[in-house]
Amino acid sequence: MGSPIKTPIAFPTERTPLQRPEAKRMRYNWNWSVLFADPYIGWILTGLGWTVLVSLMAWIIGLALGSVIGTMRTLPSPVARAIGATYVEIFRNVPLLVQIFLFYFVLPELLPRDWGRWLKRDLPHPEFTMAVISLGLYTACRVAEQVRAGIGAAGRGQASAGLATGLTLTQVYRLILLPLAFRLTVPALTNEFLNVFKNSSLALTIGVLELTARTRAVADYTYQSIEAFAAASLIYASISFLIAFLMRRVEARARLPGTLGTGAR
Amino acid sequence: MGAFDFKVIVNALPLLWEGMQVTLLLTALGIIGGLTLGVVLAVMRLSRSRVLGFIAGAYVDLLRSLPLVLLIFWFYFLVPIAVGHPVGGFYSAVIGFILFEAAYFCEIIRSGIEGVRRGQVMAGLASGLTQAQCMRLVVLPQAVRAMTPVLLMQSINVFKSTSLVYVIGLRDFLTAADLIGGRDNRLTEMYILVAVVFFVICWTASQAVGLLERRMSSR
Repeated sequence: MGSPIKTPIAFPTERTPLQRPEAKRMRYNWNWSVLFADPYIGWILTGLGWTVLVSLMAWIIGLALGSVIGTMRTLPSPVARAIGATYVEIFRNVPLLVQIFLFYFVLPELLPRDWGRWLKRDLPHPEFTMAVISLGLYTACRVAEQVRAGIGAAGRGQASAGLATGLTLTQVYRLILLPLAFRLTVPALTNEFLNVFKNSSLALTIGVLELTARTRAVADYTYQSIEAFAAASLIYASISFLIAFLMRRVEARARLPGTLGTGAR
Repeated sequence: MGAFDFKVIVNALPLLWEGMQVTLLLTALGIIGGLTLGVVLAVMRLSRSRVLGFIAGAYVDLLRSLPLVLLIFWFYFLVPIAVGHPVGGFYSAVIGFILFEAAYFCEIIRSGIEGVRRGQVMAGLASGLTQAQCMRLVVLPQAVRAMTPVLLMQSINVFKSTSLVYVIGLRDFLTAADLIGGRDNRLTEMYILVAVVFFVICWTASQAVGLLERRMSSR
């Protein structure tokens, strides 16, 4: 049986608090005011800013690409279906953290030399960009499954009826299936957005100074780990609850008359 | 960076296997512990007691609103403080995983039970079964059948998410590969290998779950 590691690799900051004997022997000195002290409050707020930015940009990629791929999986063309299914299976079955590493560390090595060099040297904010791209592509595979389920729930009858009245396949999708599918999947997509928001914390592994990374730094610098993590938890939880609360109103509006209140089923 | 070097991988196999054992152990403990605590939470949520229901509901909502990485950090710092002496990253991670996954397992179990139609219970009670018999003979068999594939998919998710212990340097499969890759300057091979291994395991497992699901629903 592999024994747990005794010396943690330091990441993402140099010091790991477990190496401080005084931190675990004893009495914990509470000091909540440190959260509002000068550099630290700024760190937490800019961290939150990066978290929001990474989440939103990744969500835009995920929603757009996911809708396309989810739609492809329902098309009559076997090629389109196969491409969609392959995409989803690949991105769904590899841990997100590994995907982030592949994009950040491996992709520049596999591309033609000039491109790789550009990615490594000239790309502005490389860790931010790569975090957004890989989080976006991962989210796309999850959104795709929801969109596919939504189109399935809208019903084959709708598509057949549309085609029978003389609409083209494109029109059927644009005018009937996709609007229905999106209305049916609002709750599931809300959930996916909350997932992106939480998953954005993984960006810290490649050096994006988002909320979790920043609160961890506050914990390291001030020795007030509990306060720092409590602050981060409070921020994540309140934003999640706020989004869930707002989206419940959107769901109420988007709900299709005649369906059960629970949404896509 | 030269061509893809398989020799690096072969040489690294013993260390990688050690890492994989940590990953598998974490996964197993996370699933067993998370499922156990998840059942308790689900019973609390479904119980008539308002207080119990509220506590379990608040727990589940809170845990589900936090990123797993943050939780891993939390327990990495909290567990030694709570216990009073250093316990090592492994135990902190196990506790973190159990508490985190319990919230997700709870919701799967709860929706499985709530998904059973009310009429089934009414019919059971009307035919003379007691509450307990009704639960055991009517509700649970249907609920378990509905929730099994979802629980299995969630277990695959647990397996994937154990890779996050990377952030506290616990030497699981990914971290082992990362250390070797860093040492030999062969990160490309190592990360690709990790991705392929995860893909093969998770894809096979999810295909099996899909097969099981179809077989169960066709009966």
